Amino acid sequence: METLIQQIINGLVLGSMYALVALGYTMVYGIINLINFAHGEILMVGALVSWTVVTALADSGLPGWALMAIALACAIVVCTLLNFLVEKIAYRPLRNAPRLAPLITAMGMSLLLQTLAMIVWKPNPKPFPLLLPTTPFDLGGPVITVTQVLILVTTVVILGGLLFLVNHTKLGRAMRATAENPRVAGLMGVKPDFVISATFVIGAALAAVAGLMWAANYGTVQHSMGFMPGLKAFTAAVLGGIGNLAGAMLGGVVLGLIEAIGAGYLGDLTGGILGSHYADIFAFVALILVLTLRPSGLLGERVADRA
Amino acid sequence: MQKNKLFVFLISAVALLIVPLLAQQLGNGPVRIIDLALLYVMLALGLNIVVGYAGLLDLGYVAFYALGAYMYALFASPHLSENFESFRAMFPDGLHSPLWLIIPLGAGLAAFFGVLLGAPTLKLRGDYLAIVTLGFGEIARVFLNNMEYPANITNGPRGIGQIDAVRFFGIDLGKGLEVFGYALPSVTLYYYLFLALVIGTVIICYRLENSRIGRAWMAIREDEIAAKAMGINTRNLKLLAFGMGATFGGVAGSMFASFQGFVSPESFSLQESVMIVAMVVLGGIGHIPGVILGALLLSALPEVLRYVAGPLQEMTGGRLDAAILRQLLVALAMIGIMLSRPRGLWPSPEHGKAAPQPAQK
Repeated sequence: METLIQQIINGLVLGSMYALVALGYTMVYGIINLINFAHGEILMVGALVSWTVVTALADSGLPGWALMAIALACAIVVCTLLNFLVEKIAYRPLRNAPRLAPLITAMGMSLLLQTLAMIVWKPNPKPFPLLLPTTPFDLGGPVITVTQVLILVTTVVILGGLLFLVNHTKLGRAMRATAENPRVAGLMGVKPDFVISATFVIGAALAAVAGLMWAANYGTVQHSMGFMPGLKAFTAAVLGGIGNLAGAMLGGVVLGLIEAIGAGYLGDLTGGILGSHYADIFAFVALILVLTLRPSGLLGERVADRA
Repeated sequence: MQKNKLFVFLISAVALLIVPLLAQQLGNGPVRIIDLALLYVMLALGLNIVVGYAGLLDLGYVAFYALGAYMYALFASPHLSENFESFRAMFPDGLHSPLWLIIPLGAGLAAFFGVLLGAPTLKLRGDYLAIVTLGFGEIARVFLNNMEYPANITNGPRGIGQIDAVRFFGIDLGKGLEVFGYALPSVTLYYYLFLALVIGTVIICYRLENSRIGRAWMAIREDEIAAKAMGINTRNLKLLAFGMGATFGGVAGSMFASFQGFVSPESFSLQESVMIVAMVVLGGIGHIPGVILGALLLSALPEVLRYVAGPLQEMTGGRLDAAILRQLLVALAMIGIMLSRPRGLWPSPEHGKAAPQPAQK
């Protein structure tokens, strides 16, 4: 029982990071129907920028939470600018091209960002300093660290804010309209280009937050760290029903839980044949199962047959 | 006109035959690069059946390549005998199955898994399919990496070595051969084998393209519902596309294993799948010459760059080494070519008709 609760906590923490990244995927997909393969790399850049800031200010005597806040601000600025440029350079010129073309530039962009990060930050993994108190709260058996609490709280706040933004503001309405039909939205006075840029910027900010969380939670940063979370987050977005914000959040949390619980129990269940090394396949097995049973995802609507 | 065509054909045939003989003057390195490029041509043509003809975006293609490679590795290396008592009792020197058994087995198994992968994804389309196939590819890689406990089948991340070279009709491709006093090293012999396979693949693809099956695939690609309404069995044809594509992947994989003499999960990462998709799309999706061009370009270009990278590395004080530079240039090529030619470098001419499709719904 204790292990189960512990794994649920771990799963929720992991899932909230997936959810943040998945939102970026799902918003972009909802508006321009593109799997933005470079989105995981934004998380990586966010983490590496935070690392740079934190190590540069390590001797300044500022308290840990202040360092975190400064690092977060820098990461958000860099990531939003970067994603804005990525959209402008690699995706905007291809808006009316055959569908595979932007997909290939997205893959190229992912590779490019990884390579540039390797050049700027060197390929070796770097330890991310512990900024917050490390004594965990004892929940009578299971424990939860300060960082984990912070991740959960931040995610809930951000998700709430995003839902408000999309459902109750002018920009949100413009985003929904553009997702529905860019041309008609344009006729109604919405500027699709602006809305798409805004979507990329918001997505990048969320990924930057997730990047810092990832670094703080796992303690290392590296140029290749964005790839797997990116893939899993996209899986989460599909799992929840792509294009659907609530779905992305749900998908992220579900995926995190499946992974954590699966990794915790797989060894026992299979008599040691399959160990926790196989944790990575859960995301994909779950994805295949869900899509086979519900091809539009958990919360997705039936997509029009001619996509 | 006819005569002209024959002339061009003969010239290119002779050119293809003497390419490795010229290249081997520079050593085995360049020939190796050409050999690997030929394998990629085969892979890209196989994937082109799935993506180009049937319009099913498959990002897990590398799984079949891996399957073929590991099949060959297990059946033609001492690995199984070293790790299993019962095997050692039967084959004390290790399993060295003949090529004529392994290749059909590898191809058949890959085809089977291709259909298996296709079956649950039939309802999915477009990007959903892409992400599910990508998931399959990752699952395959995780298994390759971990299937060493409790039974050591894949030897985990360390991979399987000491794989036999291809041998048939008494010719051992692993050793050189002397023909009329002219030495042909192993890599050159492999070149001819791979060339034969590529030519076979091209002929099959070309015939497929103009067959009823090929037409049906293209109908599914353009409009699945209309195709269904016209009486095309979309389910069977999609499975067939997955199966046929996978077969080529499996054969190319087994060739790769014998050529390298070593396989490890590292060769079958998602990066590799992405690269093969990029070859197909960069060259000109659905167009055989374009796909070949894309495959040659993306597989050979990075290798050639390796030779340029040395001086550049010195100039930048070691920051930009060969591997990083290659990756950088491949990434830039992927973005640059797509931006300047979104339909690929050498797109099929007639494809243009159905092309202009508004990206917006």
